[in-house]
Amino acid sequence: MTAYIIRRLLMALVIIVIVTLIVFFAMRLLPGDPLIIFLGQQASSGSISQEQLESLRVEYGLDKPIMVQYGNWAWGLLHGNLGTSIYYHENVGVLMKDRFPITLHLGVLALILNIVVGVLMGLAAAIRRGTWIDAVSTFLANIGVCIPIFWLGLLLIYFFGLQLHWLPIYGYTSPFEDFWYGSRQLIMPVFCMAITGLSTTARLTRSAMLEVTRQDYIRTAWSKGLRERTVIMKHALKNGLIPIVTVLGMGIGMVFAGSVIIETIFAIPGVGRLLVTSLFAQDYVVIQSGTLVISMIVILTNLLVEISYVWLDPRIRYG
Amino acid sequence: MTELLRVNNLVTQFKTESGVVRAVDGVSYYIDELEIVGLVGESGCGKSVSQLSTMQLISAPGEIAGGEVMFEGQNILQYEANGPRMRAIRGAKIAMIFQEPMTSLNPVLTIGQQLTEMLVLHMKMNDDAARKRAIELMGMVGIPAAASRIDDYPHHFSGGMRQRVMIAMALSCNPRILIADEPTTALDVTTQAQLLELMKEMVQHFRASLVIVTHNLGVVARYAQRIYIMYAGRIVESGTTKEIFGTPRHPYTMGLLKCIPRLDEEEGRKLVPIEGLPPNLINMPATCAFLPRCHYRIDKCYKEPWPELATVNGNHFTRCYADTKEKK
Amino acid sequence: MAEKNTDTKEFSEAPPRVSEWRRFWRVFLQRRIVIFGLVVFALLVISAIFANVLAPYDPYRGNMADSLQQPNKTYWLGTDIQGRDTLTRLIFGTRTALAVGFITVGVAAVIGTTLGMIAGFFGGVASAVIMRVMDALMSFPMLILAMLLAAILGGGIQNVIIALSIASVPGNARVMNGLALSLKENDYILAERSMGSSNRRVMLGHILPNALPPIIVLVTLQLGGIIMAEAGLSFLGIGIKPPGAAWGAMVNDGYRYLLTNPILSFAPGIAIMLVVFAFNMVGDGLRDALDPRLRGVL
Repeated sequence: MTAYIIRRLLMALVIIVIVTLIVFFAMRLLPGDPLIIFLGQQASSGSISQEQLESLRVEYGLDKPIMVQYGNWAWGLLHGNLGTSIYYHENVGVLMKDRFPITLHLGVLALILNIVVGVLMGLAAAIRRGTWIDAVSTFLANIGVCIPIFWLGLLLIYFFGLQLHWLPIYGYTSPFEDFWYGSRQLIMPVFCMAITGLSTTARLTRSAMLEVTRQDYIRTAWSKGLRERTVIMKHALKNGLIPIVTVLGMGIGMVFAGSVIIETIFAIPGVGRLLVTSLFAQDYVVIQSGTLVISMIVILTNLLVEISYVWLDPRIRYG
Repeated sequence: MTELLRVNNLVTQFKTESGVVRAVDGVSYYIDELEIVGLVGESGCGKSVSQLSTMQLISAPGEIAGGEVMFEGQNILQYEANGPRMRAIRGAKIAMIFQEPMTSLNPVLTIGQQLTEMLVLHMKMNDDAARKRAIELMGMVGIPAAASRIDDYPHHFSGGMRQRVMIAMALSCNPRILIADEPTTALDVTTQAQLLELMKEMVQHFRASLVIVTHNLGVVARYAQRIYIMYAGRIVESGTTKEIFGTPRHPYTMGLLKCIPRLDEEEGRKLVPIEGLPPNLINMPATCAFLPRCHYRIDKCYKEPWPELATVNGNHFTRCYADTKEKK
Repeated sequence: MAEKNTDTKEFSEAPPRVSEWRRFWRVFLQRRIVIFGLVVFALLVISAIFANVLAPYDPYRGNMADSLQQPNKTYWLGTDIQGRDTLTRLIFGTRTALAVGFITVGVAAVIGTTLGMIAGFFGGVASAVIMRVMDALMSFPMLILAMLLAAILGGGIQNVIIALSIASVPGNARVMNGLALSLKENDYILAERSMGSSNRRVMLGHILPNALPPIIVLVTLQLGGIIMAEAGLSFLGIGIKPPGAAWGAMVNDGYRYLLTNPILSFAPGIAIMLVVFAFNMVGDGLRDALDPRLRGVL
């Protein structure tokens, strides 16, 4: 078991290093002088003199060989220095600190919705295979994966906001300030964020459970005279959990991808919106650091998922 | 001897793309108290399906299409398949062990959990008593250091050990009948012998009847008192072990016996296989299913539908038109 | 006394052997929803090819006098702020969708399959390096990775294709890696090797053909996701911008007029949904017809 965990940890570390390499060298692919890019508007408008540019170049360390630059940057990362935003003139870390909790708030709620409703739907479809429950659940899940979330957002805004005036159509309020209003603001964004993941989870749960219920040990369980609830909950579900938990790893990625769109539509000041504004402002520092942070979170979540297999599958636990 | 189970005209079929397969086509048999009965036939003849049907463990695309299974005076086929009355019988009155020990136990639950759940459910024991009893049972079936192994997972046990666990599980609630569906087919010969001995001891100890489903005549020769021979979904011969082995009457049975190598025969005798292949069960003709492979066929066999079971001698029945008395 | 025949009669034939093709088509076309998907797909292709003929108006230049009309007899789905007919732009949008979709999955399939084959077949260092890089790429959510690449390369349809291709390569590589790993253990591969076949011959002649069915299924299922991602990028303003006719961009354009002309945003969204749904259903059908055991995997 420990060997398994250590192996997984090492793999995660290797992947993290490769991710930093990808992000770093991708930015170096940008055409033009990196210094001009980093200085943004100021430099391209020509308001800085040549000597100033050169001294800034040394200051930023852009005159050193590329591997040294990488080393310095990576070293900075390890100390939590994510760079300074070109557009906001702020430390990226500070920018993130304000926005991350908001995105996570939405994301966690969306994930909970995803897992709870998705698993229930898939389970119902699998146990009552061939009945109308299966048909409806499968159909909804199939539709759910096809809905473009930006379109769904607009749709919901139109109906629940503009026409029916039931829900506020934009913004975010911290639950500590105004719980009730904040929650109402969250309903549509969280739903949009969850729908794709939920549908995927439902489909996955259904096929995982169908696979499990075909197994011999389920027939043995029936032959012992156990009731359906016991057979499904105690014998089948625990075996089916492994693919379901894997979904969590995928889910966190979907949360961030979704946040980019949802936060733009609903004007929520989270990480996704930050990335979009930075993209248009050509603020490469934020994009670089933002992408990095997001992929770190995905890698770590996947690592946790893989470690959780130890608990779920005794065959891994004892080797 | 009182009768425990009587099956009348059981029919189980499977709907497939190519047609309806009648895996069990009008099977009737009985099991008495305290006896060991063998159900013999080749792969695909319907023997496993017939047993699964008696416990209503058949699921789509299969369905039980007719017949009755009389147990303790009731036709248990009338009970709802997973309803409370059927569940009260499964495990508690009729128990089953299966062919594949490697996959028949749940890999994510401990042996102890899988043993005790039956005891708690059917015998209404509390957890402590169930655990004690489970350890006892494991000891009885020959699992060493039971007290420490009860919390192990199935993958810690070998195939033979797992089968022993299955036997313990099946007998834990003192069923009247234990059905063993090819229990030793997946195991090596030595383990086979050990397990069969164990099963015989155990059913004697628990005063239960045993049904051994197998394709291996050698297995039933030693242990069974009565034997049913199945072919293409029907019983083609039935009788005591002595009658089946001594004076077989159905051409199929005779063919089977000729295939078994024996230690006490003269050197140089060739093994005589049964030519041809098992029939395709989809859209079977009305005539005898064994006809294409039969050495004793007569004109009547081509014209008449499959014969009914007719008595040869007392309780020795066979389905054959021909007179197959061997001339010694 | 009974005759003892030593010959056995012909036994009844098993059901006639159905050719693999016919079995495939029968299973594939079994469900109506799959047929629906195929029909939509066909309509899509026809619309893309014959857009000029089918569409009633010019998708890029509109009549300013007819700006922001509701659906009516002249303009079935209304017009946008520049007086361009929505229906026409929808029809021309199929070109963008299909072009991006097919080129992306094609490129991703070729590159990903090659990488996965090398990793799975040769194992060792090659496999370690390739698969870890794939894992690293997969840790970026597709949209985020596309945004990163868009930031570097700029917007526009070409770069969207490049970005989405790179994002899709790891999926292909992973599947092909798994397939190569399991297929190369087969006895017939061993037999080929023992006959002296070169690696290239084994890979291209034996492993690849056997890996094709799952890869085809994967590709079909990816199409829907790619089209969605492209629409998302266009919606954000990264991909194709107006006057180009892309469904995602159309949804974005319509946002401003949500209260007055909701159709401007709704129509392209429904188009996207329909197309993605169709591709998913066809992909499911293909998978069931080719190998139902893939159901949990793909």
